[in-house]
Amino acid sequence: MRQGKYPFILGFLVAPVGLYLVFVIWPYLQTIGYSFTDWSGQTQTFDFVGLDNYTRLFGDEVFHNALRNNLQFLVFVPVLTILLALFFAFMLNVGGRGGGGVQPVRGAGLYRIVFFFPQVLSIAILAILFQAVYRSDGAGLLNGILIAVGLGDPASPVEWLNSPDLVRWCLIMVLVWSGVGFYMVLFSAAMQSIPRDVFEAALLDGASRTQTFFRVTLPLLWDTVQTAWVFLAILAMDAFLLVSTLTPGQYGGGPDHNSEVLATYLMRNFNVFGQAGYACAIGVVMLVLTLLISVITLRATRRDRIEF
Amino acid sequence: MGSTEVGRRDLFKRAAALGLFAVPGVAALSACASGGGDGGDVIKRGPTSKENPFGVTKGNPLDVVVFKGGFGDEYAKQWESAFAEKYDAKISHLGTQEIRGKLQPRFNRGTPPDVIDNSGAQSIKLDVLHKQDQLTDLTELLDAPSVDDPNKKVRDTLIPGTAEKGFFGGKMHALNYVYTIWGLWYSGKLFKDNGWTPPKTWDDFIALMTEAKKKGIAGFAHQGKHPYYMNVVIMDLIAKTGGLDAMRAIDNLDPKAFVGNDAAKRSIEAVYEIVDKGLLLPGTNGLDHVESQTAWNENKALFVPSGSWLENEQLKSTPADFDMAFLPVPVLDDSAMPFHALRAGAGEPFIVPAKAKNQPGGLEFLRQMLSKEWSTSFAKEVSSLSIVEGAVDPGVKLRPGIKSAVAAVDACPVEDRFDYLYTEWYSEMDESIRGATSELMAKRIKPAEWLKKAQAAVDKAAKDPASKNNKRD
Repeated sequence: MRQGKYPFILGFLVAPVGLYLVFVIWPYLQTIGYSFTDWSGQTQTFDFVGLDNYTRLFGDEVFHNALRNNLQFLVFVPVLTILLALFFAFMLNVGGRGGGGVQPVRGAGLYRIVFFFPQVLSIAILAILFQAVYRSDGAGLLNGILIAVGLGDPASPVEWLNSPDLVRWCLIMVLVWSGVGFYMVLFSAAMQSIPRDVFEAALLDGASRTQTFFRVTLPLLWDTVQTAWVFLAILAMDAFLLVSTLTPGQYGGGPDHNSEVLATYLMRNFNVFGQAGYACAIGVVMLVLTLLISVITLRATRRDRIEF
Repeated sequence: MGSTEVGRRDLFKRAAALGLFAVPGVAALSACASGGGDGGDVIKRGPTSKENPFGVTKGNPLDVVVFKGGFGDEYAKQWESAFAEKYDAKISHLGTQEIRGKLQPRFNRGTPPDVIDNSGAQSIKLDVLHKQDQLTDLTELLDAPSVDDPNKKVRDTLIPGTAEKGFFGGKMHALNYVYTIWGLWYSGKLFKDNGWTPPKTWDDFIALMTEAKKKGIAGFAHQGKHPYYMNVVIMDLIAKTGGLDAMRAIDNLDPKAFVGNDAAKRSIEAVYEIVDKGLLLPGTNGLDHVESQTAWNENKALFVPSGSWLENEQLKSTPADFDMAFLPVPVLDDSAMPFHALRAGAGEPFIVPAKAKNQPGGLEFLRQMLSKEWSTSFAKEVSSLSIVEGAVDPGVKLRPGIKSAVAAVDACPVEDRFDYLYTEWYSEMDESIRGATSELMAKRIKPAEWLKKAQAAVDKAAKDPASKNNKRD
């Protein structure tokens, strides 16, 4: 060990770790602290109420509802996004056939830009865009198309985001639509690091596209898929901005709590109902759940590493 | 070394994944954490007189934050320069839509501004602020001599009943400055072209909408994404049918406010007729206020519910010859109140925080707002009325919508004007009733179930010990 190595490393670490402690860890600790109080969010005074906020969560139907909805997001957003992204990435990199050897499908460059495009839109633009898509009268994009092709009735258009059955699927579609591009690029990058001769060997052995994908591509990409899964699970646990802007209710969640997620219920308690202590308890539950889900995902999907 | 290298990369990857927790909802909380410390030096009162009842001393700073919404903030700047001139004050002005985001940290630090116009979608809930003793008691302002006539108290210069809107726990804590009326709105031109007369009874109302439907115009548009508006119609009908007692029952969290209240039952069933008979503008349940009101401006629907800010809000999408007009909510048979009765009340709450540094300055600013000079300049600037009685010179030219609203106010004696308070007092109950209304309008629940849901919201609010402090009569 060389002399002065640790002071050198420490010198680099002090500033970022300090910032991290002050702006990330300290607020977390404060949140946990507030979750044991009846703090209203508007003052410096509050009383310690022990585990009251947490016991209240057990009997709170809206909270249960939000949890269920988050679970639905948690199942469908990662699965759909990863499947689509993998498919696109595969086709754009090694899906092409003919001409000898492995190549992208024709027009891959254009597709890549088109698919990645949603990623550069901010969530605010996304919300406005999809408000127009899901608009509940004939002026909405989907309703307009349905009516134009004779499937919709102008007198009773589909109220997409005001329908208890449709609202969650509408939101999942937006999340998937906006996420696919990024994961496609992530998977593309990972695919490009796989040596070309592996694919060519598979091709020489007469493997079809499907076989190549499941036997060669997917196993070699497993690490990246695992990471994507964790990121998407975290996104699904949050989904705050989209739900709060697109759905009815203060901070969204409507109709009748059918699109309620933990984050929207948290914000309504914090900002509208003046129950910041309770909101902090919801925040802590979100934190613990997200942690658990990430750890479980990483554990459950662990595979033997393939060296190449 | 190869294998350790992979291990390390793996470790970083996981750390990065776990580090992302900062992103979800929890991040919102970090911004709101309360801090310690107090406000520093407080400006003391100087000698008081009839002209200067709060003892404002010259040369002090005054910190004003106003909601910059439909009214803009130009009117406030005019007031501020008048104040600066009079008291040699150094004004710090902020016009913003994000009242909560900008001010919550300041309340928590104990360094709030001196005057706040706490309005808009991102206002801070006043019931919450009051519960935590963050608001100055404005009784002193009501008892102070008026600017225009030092022998009159400020409370005697206001439209009767308007100060009460700012009462929390029996005392005035907010000055709701703008006088607003609520009800239905229609296009005078559309009615004239078709030879229709505005309906006064609920039966005529339904009949007219049915007739319009035959001509391809929907009867009723409402701002479905924000059930607040539909609740105005429902609650107004309940008050008019059952009289002020029915309204008080709701505000006072009566165990029979909805279930077991005949007026509530008849009213909600009448409202449901609109849904049941297919008189709603198709899709209106999912539209927001801009979309639905614009559709109404395009004559796609006869009526839309709103307050008297509607005209200002819709200025850009209203055709020049639209001739916007106001209609009080039509009445049911054997209604306790007459047709001309309407919800009228003060809105746009101005507050002086309890921990304001320049509290005398803040109180004086509010007193000046209630002068003829300042309220006239407000009416000119934003075409709206203030709560100062007869303060606006007849010379101020008003647009058709607000003109028809003023006529409706003049036709309605003060004892027939009413205003609900539960929306200010009980945010959670309000939100629950809004949810029930959404369900009713979408035909997913029936009137009987709406009553049950609304009553459940009332009963829940009644369980909060803090609700004991609110009582109206």
